[in-house]
Amino acid sequence: MQGAIDSTPVATGHEVSAHEEHQDLRVLGLITFLCSEFLMFAGFFAVFLVFWGSKAEWPPKETEVELLLPAINTLILVSSSLVINLGTKAIKKNDLGGMRKWFGITAAMGAVFLAGQVYEYMNLGYGLKTNLFSNCFYLLTGFHGLHVFIGLVLILGVLWRSRRANHYSDITHTGPEMAEIYWHFVDVVWIVLFTLIYLLTLI
Amino acid sequence: MAQAEVSMKPTELQGGHGHPDKWKWYDYFTFNVDHKVIGIQYLVTSFLFYLVGGFMAVLMRTELATPDSDFLSPELYNAFLTNHGTIMIFLWIVPAAIGGFGNYLIPLMIGARDMAFPKLNAIAFWLNPPAGALLAASFFFGGGAQAGWTSYPPLSEITANLPQTLWCVALIMVGTSSILGSVNFLVTIWKMRVPSMAWDQMPLFCWAMVATSILALFATPVLAAAMVLLLFDINFGTSFFKPDAGGNVVVYQHLFWFYSHPAVYLMILPIFGIMSEVIPVHARKPIFGYKAIAYSSLTICLVGLFVWVHHMFTSGTAPWMRIFFTISTLIVAVPTGIKIFSWVATLWGGKIRYTTAMLFAVGLLSMFVFGGLSGVTLGAAPFDIHVHDTYYVVGHFHYVLYGGSVFGIYSGIYHWFPKITGRMLNEPLGKVHFVLTFIGTILTFTPMHNLGMQGMPRRVAMYDPQFAGLNQLVTVGAYILAVSVIPFYFNVIWSWMKGKEAGPNPWNAMTMEWTTDSPPIIENWEVLPVLTHGPYAYGMEQADQVGPAGEPLPTPRS
Repeated sequence: MQGAIDSTPVATGHEVSAHEEHQDLRVLGLITFLCSEFLMFAGFFAVFLVFWGSKAEWPPKETEVELLLPAINTLILVSSSLVINLGTKAIKKNDLGGMRKWFGITAAMGAVFLAGQVYEYMNLGYGLKTNLFSNCFYLLTGFHGLHVFIGLVLILGVLWRSRRANHYSDITHTGPEMAEIYWHFVDVVWIVLFTLIYLLTLI
Repeated sequence: MAQAEVSMKPTELQGGHGHPDKWKWYDYFTFNVDHKVIGIQYLVTSFLFYLVGGFMAVLMRTELATPDSDFLSPELYNAFLTNHGTIMIFLWIVPAAIGGFGNYLIPLMIGARDMAFPKLNAIAFWLNPPAGALLAASFFFGGGAQAGWTSYPPLSEITANLPQTLWCVALIMVGTSSILGSVNFLVTIWKMRVPSMAWDQMPLFCWAMVATSILALFATPVLAAAMVLLLFDINFGTSFFKPDAGGNVVVYQHLFWFYSHPAVYLMILPIFGIMSEVIPVHARKPIFGYKAIAYSSLTICLVGLFVWVHHMFTSGTAPWMRIFFTISTLIVAVPTGIKIFSWVATLWGGKIRYTTAMLFAVGLLSMFVFGGLSGVTLGAAPFDIHVHDTYYVVGHFHYVLYGGSVFGIYSGIYHWFPKITGRMLNEPLGKVHFVLTFIGTILTFTPMHNLGMQGMPRRVAMYDPQFAGLNQLVTVGAYILAVSVIPFYFNVIWSWMKGKEAGPNPWNAMTMEWTTDSPPIIENWEVLPVLTHGPYAYGMEQADQVGPAGEPLPTPRS
């Protein structure tokens, strides 16, 4: 990877050639990016907390949250983080079939999560515009849902690319690794979100 | 994953073997992944936007030459006001200072062949022109956004909805560009220095870019969050910032300033980096206080994240917050002062060459001290409440943004133009440019302080006749500034085609970008250089054995 540099003919054999083939920095880049991404969610969470702090009734009576379905959804998403880890573990042992299996299961779980989210939206008695709480509720869960969707696309992208022979192996597995990191990120954000919107508002 | 193909690209473009000598002109209009091409793309587009934003300023100043509204309609005035600020910040200073100089110089200064993620870099650039196009489009679909560059609700939610929406989308795009660029800078500086270069042997511009990138990385997403909420309020019927439906406008102000105060450091930290490069070269002296300057950038970055409420002293802010944010704001003056004193100490006793680059750098010093001092006064809550939303504030931030950032960009252009194009800029013409800019800046922005102290509010197309005299002075200054860019643009275009050949190192500078050809070959060096001396080892007897501050170099890493 990052081959532009190592294929430079003049550079090979020079004393600094170790640097020419610089390490794959994509994972580091992704983590840096996710730090930034997290701050965006932090902005939304802060807005939610400020409104919570300034309202007598939060959530208001007409916009109570439902707990059972989101709890099941949480279980699915959190365990999918373990499943995707099995996938990258498999590819690190050069077990392509294993990786495809676990990534496939993760994608299915992600899809179920999204379907559950949509089902929840359809069965709530209020919409985006109902009141300030429902504004926050739909924006936060919707924005997170968008990220689940992006993670799903990444996982499907990895599966698509894995059809090519030798695309992923015990040496080249940055793609699956990045998909995994992103999926964990989506998972962590959900845990914060679930705690904040569904659990703490119960108290 | 996308990166896999990226890296292959330059070699493919070159047919797999060898290099073309240089890019063709049309390569600069394509999705090119070479950091130097991207740097030039950033610089050229931002200098075009500078003209657009400047043109709006001239029209506004023409309107303000008389107390009545007799030149522009109030709506058009508001639209120019909004877009002048937006363009000058997001499409001129930020992309020129960070995108332009950062992309062009960072790999050259640290001895890398390109940025860590070349394709991401190109994506980041290509988010900018469409953002500009959206702002232009907003004029044709409803007369342009009206609510000022801060776009405070409720004003932004009750005026010109479609233009405001386009404005929000444009800001999200430049914000995304900024985040992607910062990821690239951080990883590049962290991981791609030549092995012989330790952290404390980097040129100070790289330190400034580290601080800038961290700041952009943490602050910009919060602006994006604010923009998303505003978009939902305007278009999808939510009520985050609608007080009549339970929302809270001050929440927007917090989100906005959490980004937009650090944004002023985004606009000045790279300029501080340029200062730290230009001054030692043209004063022929090692930089004074290398570590102090490097760490003060990081201090500004850290403290700068906790000062945003000083923009909101009159927004019903609690007294304890006023005290906290007054103190934190005043603290920022300390690392900034450290830099100023270090540059003055670098000049002290140097063999100063009064090149245009140096003139702008020294001009910046005086301007920035003035703008910085008025900033300190504004940071103190009791005084700020008195002059809040008056021309005093306008005068202050134009002093730091024009006298600071724009002077710094000019200085950087005069300094690195020979490297970028291989040709020298015309020095006499550059001095004409400097004199006009210097006089124009003082004449335009100094009387604004007086106007503000006398109580003239900002953002108005009409004003009380008692302010007419000073306003006419400001307008004359603005015209001088408008004229001042003519010798500059002429100089750049003419010198780019016909200027004197520069050679690799016309200034006898010691940082690494001067060790390659001008303009640098594709992939920068035939063989990567090895660091033999610090970046500022001027006048040292054994230049190859000393570090930046004159101490012996640590043993190079593996």
